[in-house]
Amino acid sequence: MIDKTLSIEEIAAQVESGMTLGIGGWGARRKPMAVIRELLKTDVRDLTVLAYGGPDVGMLAAAGKIRKLVFGFVSMDLVPLENHFRQARQAGAFEVMEVDEGMFQLGLKAAAARLPFLPTRVGFGSDVMTTNPEIKTITSPYDDGEEFVAMPALQADIAICHVNQADVLGNSRITGPDPFFDEWFCRAADRAYLTAEEIVETGAFNDPIAALQMPIERNLVKGVALAPCGAHPTSCGPGYGIDVAHLSAYNGLAKQGLDDYLAEYVTGKDLDAYTVSVGGTDQIRQLPLPVF
Amino acid sequence: MSYSLAELCICASAEAFRGDGEYMVTSIGLVPRLAASLAKSTFEPGLMMTEGEAYLVSEPVPVGPRGDYRPRIEGLMTYERVFDIVNRGLRHAMVTPVQVDRYGQMNISVVGEYDKPKTALLGVRGYPGNTINNANSMFVPSHDTRTFVAGEVDMVGGIGYNPARWPGGVKPPFLDLRRIVSNLAVMDFDGPDNAIRVISLHPGVSFDQVQENTGSELDSIENLGTTPAPTAEQLETLGRLDPHDLRSTIFKGNPPGQPA
Repeated sequence: MIDKTLSIEEIAAQVESGMTLGIGGWGARRKPMAVIRELLKTDVRDLTVLAYGGPDVGMLAAAGKIRKLVFGFVSMDLVPLENHFRQARQAGAFEVMEVDEGMFQLGLKAAAARLPFLPTRVGFGSDVMTTNPEIKTITSPYDDGEEFVAMPALQADIAICHVNQADVLGNSRITGPDPFFDEWFCRAADRAYLTAEEIVETGAFNDPIAALQMPIERNLVKGVALAPCGAHPTSCGPGYGIDVAHLSAYNGLAKQGLDDYLAEYVTGKDLDAYTVSVGGTDQIRQLPLPVF
Repeated sequence: MSYSLAELCICASAEAFRGDGEYMVTSIGLVPRLAASLAKSTFEPGLMMTEGEAYLVSEPVPVGPRGDYRPRIEGLMTYERVFDIVNRGLRHAMVTPVQVDRYGQMNISVVGEYDKPKTALLGVRGYPGNTINNANSMFVPSHDTRTFVAGEVDMVGGIGYNPARWPGGVKPPFLDLRRIVSNLAVMDFDGPDNAIRVISLHPGVSFDQVQENTGSELDSIENLGTTPAPTAEQLETLGRLDPHDLRSTIFKGNPPGQPA
């Protein structure tokens, strides 16, 4: 019987200095923040981070863990600008590969299909091409002869995503409105790890409608950890919304750095202690779902 | 009838979607959102639009707190499908860039030198894909030379009518910049070589004033007239689409559309 159960700490321990880490979710939505906080406690550094970025990127950047960031944006949605990311970016603290959001997905899809690239028109005409001279072009071998951008594969060592439900086999279900690109992060990585709001019996997935909300193949998943409210302060619909007050306060700390934030919410705190420090699970689950 | 500058801009921006039929509109920000909602509620009922997160809706969702209102879902539009429709076309995006230049190139990435920017903003987001694949329009709330820059924008995210940047100097087949609405005027890209062309001036604004606040030389249509005032029907519809009057916060002091 397969049992992929790990702890949040054990998932974080998979990440080693110099690795490429893909992070699921989008902006301030369904980010695996419990694992991100664990990473902040470690001496892991020199990461190449692939993300549709939110406070996950901001925290890792502020903690000096990023050597290279591959991104289309970093934003906290209802709090549009991520000041910790901005601060580090303005200081030239890490190398960047800044690409269009759709190009980013193509890069994941190329890696997922074990291809070196996928063609697109996107990128031409923009500074994505001038700031990323490593992105090459290719001419269509067919009669049209059109030139395309060859978006390179975005291959990761590890992908980490947060889902609503998982079982010990690595099956998982995303009950929020948008699965984002978690399945592509998982397929683009050598190993994928999931944190989940709840661990359920496999029988809980015995429902054709539920199955439509299960985009991640379990054979990609090497470990599953229980992490109730593990996306906080980002949202995990339909369970809880974005903690705008928390993110705004965090955003206000960019100039002084993360030390006070770490002391209050991270250092010496496991997920249970963190959850208590931000008001408890009941309060988190009262956070209204975002209205856009 | 009195109306605000914000309402004038919303109605002028709605015109950008005229003729779009069943295009999906992606409208980022309050003025673009209300403009698309107004267009769908009046002259372009076939437009596809979302509730801002993941679902297509059959009627525009009023902005702000929704009370008992529930979006009327007619389909799914996750981000993955957004990328699919970006590539397929049949979409019109209206956005607010931080900088725009004479070619219509847009920037929301960084201000200043790329490697160590003076100001880091969001990143290119979907601008390169939107602009090479879809129709695009802009709303610019502060028409000045910081936004309408001289030369090129600091980081070209949204592409424009700049042959020097096109592969082989050939215009990308689906590049289609439509309209810019600012707090001073309405513009399109139908000047010589797709130069920005003023097509109407907001009440009380002169062409010289628009030119002085623009970093590049502007073209204009002959017999340049005034941006049409909102109609009573439009204002009433806006009242329904924006029940909390968030539009009164778009410009400081909520100035009237028609100066006293």
